Amino acid sequence: MQEKILNYIEKNSRIDLHELAVILGEDETAVMNTLEEMEQEHVICGYHTLINWDKAGIDKVTAMIEVRVTPQRGMGFDKVARRIYNYPEVNSVYLISGGFDFMVIIEGRTLREVAEFVSQKLSALDSVLSTKTNFILKKYKDHGTIMADAPKEDERVGVS
Amino acid sequence: MSKSPVNQTITGIAPSGIRKFFDIVAEMKDAISLGVGEPDFDTPWRVRDEAIYSLEQGRTFYTSNAGLFELKEAICGYLDRKYKLSYDPKTEVMVTVGGSEAIDLAFRAMLDPGDEVLIPQPSYVSYVPCATLAGGVPVTIDLKEENEFRLTAQELEEHITDKTKILVLPFPNNPTGAIMEMEDLVAIADVIARHDIYVLTDEIYSELTYGTEHVSIASLPGTKERTVYINGFSKAFAMTGWRLGYVCAPEEILEQMLKIHQFAIMCAPTTSQYAGVEAVKHCDKEVAAMREEYDGRRRYLLERLRGMGLSCFEPFGAFYMFPSIKEFGMTSDEFATRLLEAKKVAIVPGTAFGACGEGFLRISYAYSIESLKTALDRMEEFVTELRNQKQ
Repeated sequence: MQEKILNYIEKNSRIDLHELAVILGEDETAVMNTLEEMEQEHVICGYHTLINWDKAGIDKVTAMIEVRVTPQRGMGFDKVARRIYNYPEVNSVYLISGGFDFMVIIEGRTLREVAEFVSQKLSALDSVLSTKTNFILKKYKDHGTIMADAPKEDERVGVS
Repeated sequence: MSKSPVNQTITGIAPSGIRKFFDIVAEMKDAISLGVGEPDFDTPWRVRDEAIYSLEQGRTFYTSNAGLFELKEAICGYLDRKYKLSYDPKTEVMVTVGGSEAIDLAFRAMLDPGDEVLIPQPSYVSYVPCATLAGGVPVTIDLKEENEFRLTAQELEEHITDKTKILVLPFPNNPTGAIMEMEDLVAIADVIARHDIYVLTDEIYSELTYGTEHVSIASLPGTKERTVYINGFSKAFAMTGWRLGYVCAPEEILEQMLKIHQFAIMCAPTTSQYAGVEAVKHCDKEVAAMREEYDGRRRYLLERLRGMGLSCFEPFGAFYMFPSIKEFGMTSDEFATRLLEAKKVAIVPGTAFGACGEGFLRISYAYSIESLKTALDRMEEFVTELRNQKQ
């Protein structure tokens, strides 16, 4: 049941409990209990909203920063990562296989704000060897949702 | 002017009951519809992408009449994998312009004048006219709500005469959502073998079966030889506009169907056929996701209908529900028309699918939960108002 619930609310977290239970064909109380458990165990980490900031006319700058680090003695990747992800400016931090170590996603209001963070905080960390900042120019799709196209109308004939 | 410009048989056939309702809805701009008989999903992108690629490659010529061999082979693999059906791609499969063409071809290839065709109703609108146009005599069998609109061996037996040639088996069913399970089919298979009858099984909704595995009558021992199996891409892969279907049958029958197809159609659209290869080979995941989505809506719709006090059997196939409105003492047509006028919700009256659909409505759940909710809220208001008026 856990997987069924997660698969559904990953796409629509606003559905009300009763409807969710009906759609999944499960008992309402059982669904509620499972949801609560998953919240407590941090399987469900939040109910965020996917926003197209461009459409809202609000300027945001997002950068994906490739970071190479040297894990220091007694300080594996996890500890370096913590020093990075504790900054509220940082949206996401991923440990990456391949040519660099971390992918750090930062969101700021202006280019300068992001640049300042990279030069003054991120690059300044002892274990950081190098950074490469990639600014996002356009978001086509985010979290499985296409943002570039206008929502489609129902083009089917009304009765068939 | 004494010569009639048109054929007598076609003149005698009434236009589709769905069509009639469509014309009313089309004029009403802000109506919301639960009347659609096609998926709301887009065709999976990987299928569309293959079609685009085939166009880029310039594959824009006729295929052989029976269809691309690659597609026929892929269809056979799919039918074997999904339904344990074994057909020879060289001699027993043909690609058609939707399942509808295959229905028409089968009747024309099999019927002699006066042959009777048993058609269980409520069912899809084209069996009766196609059988008639092919010179056959349609004999309808009224299915019953208390049997969950399944066809029973007894009902079948009661309608068989010396002239009976074909039984149409339209399951999972449009408009009722009924399915036929293994034991139902075994009973039917026994009757048709005893009476030497052929079966036209229209399994276009086979992928949309919930809570149980779809069974094809053609997979039962001894039935394949007397079965024309029809399926297509429209419902399973959300590909209605591609007009792509197929039919599997014993070579003796298929050969004759192929001749008609050859002269009337030539071949199914080439672009669609290339897309079809990708669909049957690589879309199990996409199909499963759509089925799961429909299943959730199915449970939601049933709960809402029962919640407003309408009686409705639980259907396990297609994407329709067939609630009864007999308590209101009006015809299906009247109910649907008044609902449309009062609340601007379009639902197809059950009578569009045969006279025995009287007292029922066909509600489609090929809509998002949000759309269903809006429409059902309005329908609930309507039902409540009707009940209040009666008091």
